[in-house]
Amino acid sequence: MGRTLSEKVWDEHVVRATPGEPDLLFIDLHLIHEVTSPQAFDGLRLAGRSVRRPDLTLATEDHNVPTLDWDKPIADPVSRTQVDTLRRNAAEFGVRLHPLGDVDQGIVHVVGPQLGLTQPGMTIVCGDSHTSTHGAFGAIAFGIGTSEVEHVLATQTLMQAKPKTMAVTLTGSLPAGVTAKDMVLTLIAHTGTGGGQGYIVEYRGQAVEELSMEARMTVCNMSIEWGAKAGLIAPDQTTFDYIEGRPEAPTGADWEAAVAHWKTLVTDEDAIFDEEIVLDASRMTPFVTWGTNPGQGVPLGASVPDPGSFEDEQDRVSAENALRYMGLEAGTPMREVKVDTVFVGSCTNGRIEDLRLAASIIKGHTVDATTRLLVVPGSVRVRLQAQEEGLDKIFLDAGAEWRGAGCSMCLGMNPDTLEPGERSASTSNRNFEGRQGKGGRTHLVSVPVAAATAIRGTLSSPADLEAVAVVKEA
Amino acid sequence: MDAFISHTGIGVPLKRSNVDTDQIIPAVYLKRVTRSGFEDGLFSAWRGDPGFVLNNPAYAAGSVLVAGPDFGTGSSREHAVWALQNYGFKAVVSSRFADIFRSNSGKAGLVAAQVDEKVVQRLWELLESQPGAEVTVDLESRTVRAGDGPDAVHDSFDIDDYTRWRLLEGLDDVGITLGHEADITAYEASRPSWKPVTMRRG
Ligand code: SF4
Repeated sequence: MGRTLSEKVWDEHVVRATPGEPDLLFIDLHLIHEVTSPQAFDGLRLAGRSVRRPDLTLATEDHNVPTLDWDKPIADPVSRTQVDTLRRNAAEFGVRLHPLGDVDQGIVHVVGPQLGLTQPGMTIVCGDSHTSTHGAFGAIAFGIGTSEVEHVLATQTLMQAKPKTMAVTLTGSLPAGVTAKDMVLTLIAHTGTGGGQGYIVEYRGQAVEELSMEARMTVCNMSIEWGAKAGLIAPDQTTFDYIEGRPEAPTGADWEAAVAHWKTLVTDEDAIFDEEIVLDASRMTPFVTWGTNPGQGVPLGASVPDPGSFEDEQDRVSAENALRYMGLEAGTPMREVKVDTVFVGSCTNGRIEDLRLAASIIKGHTVDATTRLLVVPGSVRVRLQAQEEGLDKIFLDAGAEWRGAGCSMCLGMNPDTLEPGERSASTSNRNFEGRQGKGGRTHLVSVPVAAATAIRGTLSSPADLEAVAVVKEA
Repeated sequence: MDAFISHTGIGVPLKRSNVDTDQIIPAVYLKRVTRSGFEDGLFSAWRGDPGFVLNNPAYAAGSVLVAGPDFGTGSSREHAVWALQNYGFKAVVSSRFADIFRSNSGKAGLVAAQVDEKVVQRLWELLESQPGAEVTVDLESRTVRAGDGPDAVHDSFDIDDYTRWRLLEGLDDVGITLGHEADITAYEASRPSWKPVTMRRG
């Protein structure tokens, strides 16, 4: 019988398999950041161990770094200690680090692909649940706990029980103006936040094949939001074209050998998945969340749901709690929800294509007078590229804030947070209570919806802007 | 990691179910860069309540926590296990543990002993009628014991074979894996040369 893509990648990394024990898997790339690594390095030190493969390890500073005044010492002492600790650990153990101020600094899941380090068929881990992003290249990539970070540092392997496999097939083409973010938010609303528990998911079908590499990353990024262990997409020409020529990509004969191998990384015709979901992408529309988990979403054209309409008792209670926290009335059209802050950024939507798309919508408009637009590039290179293309000017002219690279308001560990009761439209991935600041209310949205919302001040799509323009002209 | 064969210590009845990791240690306590010192954050929302069990001097030096079902749900923070250990707990007895908490416990050397719900009830009764009574968690025989006479509790607990073996031997995962170093080295030798590296060798 044939094997699925994820089974092929898994099998290629088994160092040791024994019945009754988890598999010992080799890890091709270990990414590190300042928040979940200090105790792991400490553990090595206490045991007198070293990092087995510093040459397969990369560290960057992202979670709590400031996006203003990044050339000055970090003002918050706790963040400063975590960053200083990472710098000391990287120096002591010989790990490559891209610190604040370095041209390759940025969100760990933006930096790996951009350097060309993320490649098909790899195993990639990081002490961060959104490591699933790298699955877009046909890699098995997932988040790990701090003990596991230590385990990988010391052994370059992990003990893992083999997950089940699932296929999510997205048929048809996404309609114009509907993005990968809408696709994945629609999927999560369909499955619920636990639907992927215990599975490695392969996203496939025409709509996935038609996505750009960066859009594929957006989809895989949110795998963890419906509980999947990891999410991946078979590599194809789009993947190869994206990797070719990047700083750490293979060259010459190595490139030929790599591509030849990557082309074998597809699910065999006769392979069987443990579970399959099929969704029609051609019927999807811009999608936004109304609640406090990523599964609580509706099309932008719909209204805040009535908790009473949920059949399941637990869903009803959780909807009631969510509406109370979000300060929303059932029945309110989503388009009438007033937004205070729009955040464009994060490892979900903080790459150059996202900024280009946002700028193309914002160009010639101004940000609503009562709304703040924060644009935070996912990495320094994204920031520089955007500046080269003049995107920063478009944002600034419209009245937006143009910041330095990092996680920023995605999790509010740095000074970029919401005030209690403040409402955001955010291109990030989690709308949990307090995620963007204590008492903050988050609506997850796509980049076009974020941009249009910044201009109109209420949840909107670019189509709403055209309507305004037409009325003005008439 | 120290080997765990059997432990006897003061039992603490924590009469709550669904104790999630945010209750074990809130996020605000996660900023430390060490693995120690998390005891101040342990159950911090409850420690201010004079009626909370750990505020009773008879239980304050407890080392075996006896809790209601679904202990350790919520975030994956390993700090929850560290906080319990930093305080002095060696074992937690409950009728149901959240998966990630159980896995983190096994890695860090805290015994998560899963017993029948009735055993938890009987332990609670015993520990409340005799504050400061000791509970034995015997990993070798997979039994939990407390008290004597008619109220005595002596029952078995569940823990998976692999984790039990590791804890009995005092082996941490890293130690075990390093025991397979030859396999890792052989695997490394077979990796294609075009696989990416973050630093050029040599
Ligand atoms: S941008 Fe957000 S989700 Fe992504 S790594 Fe940073 S904190 Fe995590």
